[in-house]
Amino acid sequence: MRPEQPKYKTTEEVDFVIIGSGAAGGILAKELSTNGFRVVVLEQGPYLTEADFTHDEVKVLNQDLLTNHPKLQPTSFRKTPDEKAKPQRALVYGRLVGGTSVHFTANFWRFHEIDFVERSKVGPIPGAGFADWPITYADLEPYYTKVEWEIGVSGLAGASPFDPPRSKPYPMPPLPVKASGVLFERAAQKLGWHPFPAPMAILSQPYLGRSACINCGFCLAFGCEVGAKSSSLASAVRMAERTGRCEIRPNSYVHRIEMDGSGRATGAVYFDEKRNVQLQRAKAVVVCANGAETPRLLLLSANKQFPNGLANSSGIVGKHLMLNSGTTSMGVFEHALNDYKSVAVSRVFHDFYELDAQKVGFYGGGGLDARFDLTPVGFATGGLPPGTPGWGKGFKDTLRHNFTRTMQIFCHGTSLPVENNSFSLDPDLKDAWGLPALRMTYKDHPDDIKLGNWMNARASELLDAAGAQKKWSFPAQEQQFAVHLLGTCRMGNDPKTSVINRDHRTHDVKNLFLCDGSSLVTSGRGQPTMTIEALAFRAADRITDLAKRAEI
Amino acid sequence: MTNDLSRRGFLARAGAGVSAAWLSAHWPAVLAASGHARKAAQSAAPAKLEFFSVDQAKEIDAIIARIIPTDDMPGAREAGAVYFIDRALTTFASDDQNAYREGLLQLQARIQAVFPGVQKFSAATPEQQDEILRSFDQNTQAGRRRAFSAGAGQNFFETLRVHTIIAFLIDPDSDSGGNRDGVGWKVIGRDRAHMFQPPFGYYDKDYPGWKPAAHDAEKAKT
Repeated sequence: MRPEQPKYKTTEEVDFVIIGSGAAGGILAKELSTNGFRVVVLEQGPYLTEADFTHDEVKVLNQDLLTNHPKLQPTSFRKTPDEKAKPQRALVYGRLVGGTSVHFTANFWRFHEIDFVERSKVGPIPGAGFADWPITYADLEPYYTKVEWEIGVSGLAGASPFDPPRSKPYPMPPLPVKASGVLFERAAQKLGWHPFPAPMAILSQPYLGRSACINCGFCLAFGCEVGAKSSSLASAVRMAERTGRCEIRPNSYVHRIEMDGSGRATGAVYFDEKRNVQLQRAKAVVVCANGAETPRLLLLSANKQFPNGLANSSGIVGKHLMLNSGTTSMGVFEHALNDYKSVAVSRVFHDFYELDAQKVGFYGGGGLDARFDLTPVGFATGGLPPGTPGWGKGFKDTLRHNFTRTMQIFCHGTSLPVENNSFSLDPDLKDAWGLPALRMTYKDHPDDIKLGNWMNARASELLDAAGAQKKWSFPAQEQQFAVHLLGTCRMGNDPKTSVINRDHRTHDVKNLFLCDGSSLVTSGRGQPTMTIEALAFRAADRITDLAKRAEI
Repeated sequence: MTNDLSRRGFLARAGAGVSAAWLSAHWPAVLAASGHARKAAQSAAPAKLEFFSVDQAKEIDAIIARIIPTDDMPGAREAGAVYFIDRALTTFASDDQNAYREGLLQLQARIQAVFPGVQKFSAATPEQQDEILRSFDQNTQAGRRRAFSAGAGQNFFETLRVHTIIAFLIDPDSDSGGNRDGVGWKVIGRDRAHMFQPPFGYYDKDYPGWKPAAHDAEKAKT
């Protein structure tokens, strides 16, 4: 049962208005309301609950039940700034209470120490705006632990020799191993690598009043019908509501941050469900709208005082977009894996987290996982070996034989921050509310492509060692579609080269804070959500501290 | 609570947590159907056609039976694909109505031209039918592919192909009306239960539990 929420008047100046209720927004709402503040969360999407979730692939995947809408919210894409962008679907994110954490796969790796200081260690890389973070792994460690215990993460501490130090074990054991995990583990060990049980933000046991995973097999792209996936919807948002000080206001599409003449934010302007314009007043504004919508909102909020967009004196709002590199190999085995059951991933290894650029000839690193993340329709349209007929007897026979016998190996890796890669406002294209649409500019750094192919070659070796009867790979391609939305309002000490400081406060506006994938300085190795949530816990501490000292 | 926004059906490729490659590999950009289809498909009474004429439905039925043929196991026909598609075209996939109308006319024209004396696709032999379908389908492989290449006929065939796959394999317990009686999942070996317990497959049956590899255990000692 959802507790009664307070209903704040828009004219009432609440302590914080938070824009977005996803991985970061949900946690900031929970923490700030728990700390005694009055909070309004404005979420552009609807408030769905477990009862609304379904395994219906058409509704969820083709009709965007849970995600941003290509007709309401068109986007455009181009590879480089000198091209004119063409309308095309460029990104997907969760557009509902809980945000993208509702439908993600829930791989939950911590970043390692190296991710925060890699620029110093590796040196400059041509074509990349590579930088160190203003915080270290040690600063974030207590908050990673907080995520694991307060939001709910399953895993086995100490199982990977490459893991960074941790102050506490996981609160619950890993999820059951899958057949793909067993094949992967045995083969990886044979090759001298160090596979370990995948850390997942999915409950392996009942925890905090929530159900354990029932292994239904519909994780990726779907909302969890039993609340076992530790989304903000299932965890942080509910905790925020229980404080009695937090109002979650769905169907509220923020399109401007309201400013006064002295350069302070006074609230958030949004379209309500009936497309009436509302202004929620607040003492401070926290934007957690994701790595695409956060920079877009700052750019949409340009005014006389901030002609290039809010908090954009550096000129880098929206820039240094990182998507993470990713490649896949697939294998078919003699016996049934039935990998359609349970969560997507059960085994991972991190032996290639930090590759030696001198040896491999490029910068980067990553992790490999054993998975099956294809729905039945997705499998039939994209999971069969190259050369299989698309219809007829040959199609049906292969589909019938392979569905239970196939697994994937996914290679997750770094993306370098390239200044030209960005989200910006399209000069022509408008959304259904008449606002400039998101324009994505992206061309992978050559090292990201090399890394993807290098890791895919290891995946192929692994499939051989596992005894796959048939295997194939999808080579790295230049990406034109964004899922991980990282680095577009990055954190740093220097206002000329970053948008927010180490407290997540924008350098330019004292009472405006940003926290989500946009805050990341480097991309990590392909699993950013755990770090986004740890940052949110830390940001909440920093903001609370500043508020208590009356420094906001 | 459902919201108006969640009900609007549009073109999509979606997904999460992974890369563009995953998406382009797995979700051809096609319109598809859901929603109102449940009643007719799940009731015992024969489904009523809403978009196709009886003659058109007969042709569509003949095509989908070549896309996923019936053998010792059910095919698209037994999954009720023609009804799923019919309802899709009157609701959420209504943008595809013209592709179907024009595609069917082209199909008839071509079969008459290639096989003089054969008036309808449904009257042709399976071999003739496959030959005609191949002529509409220049690049169909089940792996990575692009939807909607040039040409209305090809557009039609690719749309119909993907609609047929969806009709065959969508969750039979959803309200989509496809995969009647779960026959598609029976063919591919997907258990219809919503809840599973390990072991899940052959290779995890005798798994003893995670432990470090022998080479790691030795390293730990030194």
